[in-house]
Amino acid sequence: MTITPDTSTDVGGEADEQRTVDETDVTVMDPYATYEGRQEMRSRSEISATELLRESGAVLRLSEAAAAELSASTAGSEDETMIINMGPQHPSTHGVLRLMLELKGEEVLRTKPIIGYLHTGMEKTAEELTYLQGTTNTTRMDYLSPMFNELVFALATEELLGITDEMPPRATWIRMFMCELNRIASHLLFFATNGMDMASTTSMIFGIRERDSLLRFFEQASGLRMNHNYIRVGGVAADLPDDWHGTVTAILDSLERKLVEHDELFSGQPIWHGRSQGVGVIGAEEAVALAATGPTLRATGVPWDLRRDEPYLAYDEVDFDVIVGTHGDTFDRYSVRMNEIRESIRIARQCIEAMPAGDWRIQDKKVTPPPRARIDESMEALIHHFKIFTEGFRVPEGEVYVAVESPRGELGCYLVSDGSAKPYRMHIRGPSFVNIQTLPHLMKGGLMADAVAVISSIDPVMGEVDR
Amino acid sequence: MSEVAAPDGEVAPAAPPEPEQRHGAPVSRSRGQVVLHPTRDTYLAVVDALQDEGFNLCSDLTCVDHLTYGAGRLVPDGVVVERFELVVNLTSLRRRERVRLRVQVPESDPTVPSLFARYPGTEAMEREVFDMFGIVFTDHPDLSRILMPEDWEGHPLRKDDGVGRIPVQFKGTGARVEPNR
Repeated sequence: MTITPDTSTDVGGEADEQRTVDETDVTVMDPYATYEGRQEMRSRSEISATELLRESGAVLRLSEAAAAELSASTAGSEDETMIINMGPQHPSTHGVLRLMLELKGEEVLRTKPIIGYLHTGMEKTAEELTYLQGTTNTTRMDYLSPMFNELVFALATEELLGITDEMPPRATWIRMFMCELNRIASHLLFFATNGMDMASTTSMIFGIRERDSLLRFFEQASGLRMNHNYIRVGGVAADLPDDWHGTVTAILDSLERKLVEHDELFSGQPIWHGRSQGVGVIGAEEAVALAATGPTLRATGVPWDLRRDEPYLAYDEVDFDVIVGTHGDTFDRYSVRMNEIRESIRIARQCIEAMPAGDWRIQDKKVTPPPRARIDESMEALIHHFKIFTEGFRVPEGEVYVAVESPRGELGCYLVSDGSAKPYRMHIRGPSFVNIQTLPHLMKGGLMADAVAVISSIDPVMGEVDR
Repeated sequence: MSEVAAPDGEVAPAAPPEPEQRHGAPVSRSRGQVVLHPTRDTYLAVVDALQDEGFNLCSDLTCVDHLTYGAGRLVPDGVVVERFELVVNLTSLRRRERVRLRVQVPESDPTVPSLFARYPGTEAMEREVFDMFGIVFTDHPDLSRILMPEDWEGHPLRKDDGVGRIPVQFKGTGARVEPNR
């Protein structure tokens, strides 16, 4: 952590007419200081009352006058407070999240997340890739739940192709099955890092260990532990491996036993309660206004889960509960995720029971490649194979928005096709990107020491925030 | 708000040339999804009306640059297409319903009113659209770049902004790499 220079300078921003920067105020920059101009948190005298209020965590609007009055009363003098910088290379910021905090002693007055350190232009890249290659791109966004990223892109493309109804049931169920396993893996990693941020190395080791058993299964199924590119347009890349029943049942059985242990160790433990209960509280109204989704929203008591409320795949055929919290604090977000693991185990078990036989990808030779054996005997199959892998398949013109419930919230894909083999525009609505906006609200009035616990309770993945 | 009652939105076709309207904005359907086409002037009024109707979550706000694909765009009669199209997805948690707004934004004056006062969660999304497309949102509290560095030139997701032609610039090294356009 470094203390940033108190004076704030300004390097050209496009829309800075409203602001007046005193020329004499601009000092020579320290060449070693990280400096992002207007993106940084600035001192109270330089910003509008609305921005001040937002950084102080106010969500529901006040008038500018009321805001100014409020901020004047809470601010104290400038020399009592200090703006400090946390990240992007801080171990508890989950990647390259950078926060600037205004502190008064140990108390956090204002918070501003600064993002973009992992921006690699994936939405731009998507415009250069065919629909077949598209899933290799999206799978790298939220690298802790790659299946969901592949799924949402595949569902959007299939919607544009108009082949949603032709999807073989086995493909749908495999997708649902793999996504639920991925949700468990992702929540387990949350458990690991959330514990680590509260100085519990045991939960770190437990969470990573349990998650690894699932990653090993993913490796069997797709060949890769992460970034699987398993769910593709038209189905899945391969059928489930031999003896997948046995492997997964063993994993789920052991996981259920471990979850009881975890509960004994953490959920009922007084230190854990002390660190997380009543810390980082957000109400339902504020969470909805900030467009928060997923466990962050459900912890406030809003029962909004796209699997139940806008069923996709075959979620209307399985039985599960939507887990909600009451207080919207760090502990509720933790327990919502822990109980969602149990629900996901329930869904995965139902998938094992009900897994239909048959094709695992659509038998439309314009969309999915023909089986390898057919290529040796059929000229037509060879042509289809060649066409799909060289120029891809064309998708009819149109635009569509498809959303799925990822472990972090609503993961949406807005896809525009101009009728060619590459998307004209592909936009991913990353739940982490949106949820991170709740941080100023969650941090307000809290202690510096709780800040890391609050960050990890949102469970942001920077690959998805910055895309 | 009488049309609202119909769940599928299949409002009885009145006179043949009259396109379907909702809160004064023409309505089209894209793969079964309801799309409203307000103008920039009616944008806020339509959003307000939808918010009153119960669309309390602004799921997504993004933009499309229709520089090279303008003509084929499917819009209802009477909508004048422009280069940029602001796309807003609103969700009603109570009614489990989604609606999408597509607002045409001209290249010559890329300004749109901000939704920040109505949906505070659009703050980061509007900054992203400003960063990536150069659309200016009036009344936004902090319209600065969000993903690109502050001193970046250009708006990467515009179609006339090339791919892979701009060398990465590292700040604070003293040496500047000139953009090789």
